[in-house]
Amino acid sequence: MLKQIIISGFGGQGGLAIGKNLAEAGMEAGLNVTWAPSYGPEMRGGTANCSVVLSDRPIGSPVFAHPTDLIALNAPSLAKFEADVQSGGAVLVNSDVVSDKVGREDLAALYIPCNSIAEELGNLKVGNMVMLGAYVARTKILAPEAVETMIQSMFTGPKAKLVPLNIEAFRRGAACVG
Amino acid sequence: MAIVYQKSAGLTDAELHYCPGCNHGIIHKLVAESLVELGLLDGAIGVCPVGCSVFAYNYFNCDMLEAAHGRAPAVATGVKRTHPDQAVFTYQGDGDLASIGAAEIVHAAMRGEKFTTIFVNNAIYGMTGGQMAPTTLIGQRATTCQSGRTVEQAGMPIRMAEMLSTLDGCVYAERVCVTDVANVNKAKRAIKKAFEKQMAREGFTFIEVLSTCPTNWGMTPIKAIQWLKDNMIPYYPLGVIKDKAMEVK
Amino acid sequence: MGKELWKGNEAIAEAAIRAGCDCFFGYPITPQSEVPEYMSVHLPQHGGVFVQSESEIAAINMVYGAGGAGMRAMTSSSSPGISLKQEGITYLAGAEVPAVIVNCMRGGPGLGTIQPSQADYYQATRGGGNGDYRTVVLAPSNVQETVDFVQEAFDIADQYRNPVMVVCDGLIGQMMEPIEWRPVPKRDLPPKTWAANGTKNHTGRNIINSLFIAPEDCDDHNVHLAKKYAEIERSEVRWEERDCDDADIVITAYGTPARIALTALEALRAEGIKVGLFRPITLWPFPEKALHDLAGQSHVKAFLDVELSSTGQMLDDVRLAVEGRKPISYLGHAGGAMPTVEEMAACAREALKEAQ
Repeated sequence: MLKQIIISGFGGQGGLAIGKNLAEAGMEAGLNVTWAPSYGPEMRGGTANCSVVLSDRPIGSPVFAHPTDLIALNAPSLAKFEADVQSGGAVLVNSDVVSDKVGREDLAALYIPCNSIAEELGNLKVGNMVMLGAYVARTKILAPEAVETMIQSMFTGPKAKLVPLNIEAFRRGAACVG
Repeated sequence: MAIVYQKSAGLTDAELHYCPGCNHGIIHKLVAESLVELGLLDGAIGVCPVGCSVFAYNYFNCDMLEAAHGRAPAVATGVKRTHPDQAVFTYQGDGDLASIGAAEIVHAAMRGEKFTTIFVNNAIYGMTGGQMAPTTLIGQRATTCQSGRTVEQAGMPIRMAEMLSTLDGCVYAERVCVTDVANVNKAKRAIKKAFEKQMAREGFTFIEVLSTCPTNWGMTPIKAIQWLKDNMIPYYPLGVIKDKAMEVK
Repeated sequence: MGKELWKGNEAIAEAAIRAGCDCFFGYPITPQSEVPEYMSVHLPQHGGVFVQSESEIAAINMVYGAGGAGMRAMTSSSSPGISLKQEGITYLAGAEVPAVIVNCMRGGPGLGTIQPSQADYYQATRGGGNGDYRTVVLAPSNVQETVDFVQEAFDIADQYRNPVMVVCDGLIGQMMEPIEWRPVPKRDLPPKTWAANGTKNHTGRNIINSLFIAPEDCDDHNVHLAKKYAEIERSEVRWEERDCDDADIVITAYGTPARIALTALEALRAEGIKVGLFRPITLWPFPEKALHDLAGQSHVKAFLDVELSSTGQMLDDVRLAVEGRKPISYLGHAGGAMPTVEEMAACAREALKEAQ
């Protein structure tokens, strides 16, 4: 099992955090994981992306030219990376931000209204957790329970009250995939 | 018989290598005596420059580090930050401090590093054989300005004590010389005061000592003293340039 | 002990704190700025000293001062900043001041790129500063090794009174990977009776100095240093061999390219091509004898050296060790792009074909 995922969006949109959550959950589930950001001036307000690898084998390269899956949080990211995705891969798009559609027919396109769901839940920040839920449900790379455990360890102390909201967002994202 | 004078315990028995008439010996003595009189010698850590006083580690009777050219204030920062209760000083010449080490001295002063810098300004590169220093006076001859320093070629000489005094971290800056007994006594008082302020953790302290270089100036020691008085003091005025506790805004 | 997900640069800083680093002096430069950032927050909490210096030159000289006064001192930077530190590093080596220096390498020459690189191999192993000296150079290939090596680096530095460099390409500094805070081997270290920390703390006067003006003194000092370097070569050389016992072709690589090579190795073995990996872990001392012996094995037909460098730098050491016994091919990138598994595999196939 080897998943090489690119998560890309505007700097500050939370793409790097989605990747980190995925890596944390993968680690908790006993997988080998790496998370590598694109770094440099383009991070500051421009397009920021990270590369995440989840594997049951030791990980060679933490970066790669052809992801198995893509999570696109803005239109430039979809335009930049769609062509690189391996055939048969999944492309998850935040449809509240991106109106473009996935052009390739050999990819599974999923349009997730992350912002609308987050707004319904009363906190725009949980949009990333919606996307994570959708990705995990689509790829089944991790048991949902593993991610929920990770969410519980993410928010501790005074932030512990955010756990139910984030788990709810994660489940709503999963429900989008059906 | 009573002892009326003896070499300071702050100096080793090593014979000084300085040229006849050079003021380094007197300045070494004043620093050493100050450390002894303030009871700081056994904790003192000095940092030597590259220049004529490169061998100062042979003379000061305390632990010493030999720094790269100009870097003594950075070295002293590393020492003092990790040994905040001990007296730390740098001993630097004008090429070392005002030229290649300009950044290090400015930033040590800016940070208010709690060590003392003894800056020996003789307006020339001594060790390398008499080249122009940033402190060389206009018209003064050196091997790299053989007709005399010009403003067009090299600008006006730098006044380090005044420049560093603009920094809030520099709490005490005084310019002295050691041309005669009265001035030697003043210089000693200044150096002691700097160490006292250092130990009171007030901030960065800086003593600029105008000094002679008979060898590279091409003068007898007596003439060199007179030249210093006639030419250096008018451009580099003696006295307290700054004595003001740091204001933290 | 549980696994924790750490970013390489932050892990470097935390590892140093756990190793008893007393003080850190640094200057911002991408891609290593998380090291001083982390240190500025956490080192003072452990009673340590953090100073953001005015330049890399000042930082390495602060290390010289603190290290010379007996402290465990550290600095980190990335390639152009490490260039500036070379003056200080030769003084550290000359005055025998222990220190730990991390280079999170980026592409050059000049400003180059902020992307990962291994083009500072010469600078690290040949000494970018003046004079005859060596720095121990540890080259981790993942975040776990990085934290292990940073901790051990302090002991190695203290044992030999010598600067130790940990070099990782920018990717290792920037990436996150699970690590365990496992115990690293601790060495039996003598007290620092040589430190210039005030005569009240020891007998006699201690001088930290690299100046030996008399020819015979400087010669003696260099002989002394050379003996020390020979001892380090005997005792500290490290490398890893994977599947070299029956390999027809051996890939030589360190750092991130070595881990990519492992994937290439698996892929090629799956198609029946016998590939091995020889990974230097210490770049100096270079595992010359081990590689020399491997080159003498009859089953080895060829070598493929892979680096993040356009011309190849470790390639020189590979050539010196192989001594012309077997052909050596080279694959390198210098702009920040990693060599891919497919590229490596293709090069290995080609190199083997040419050799046969």
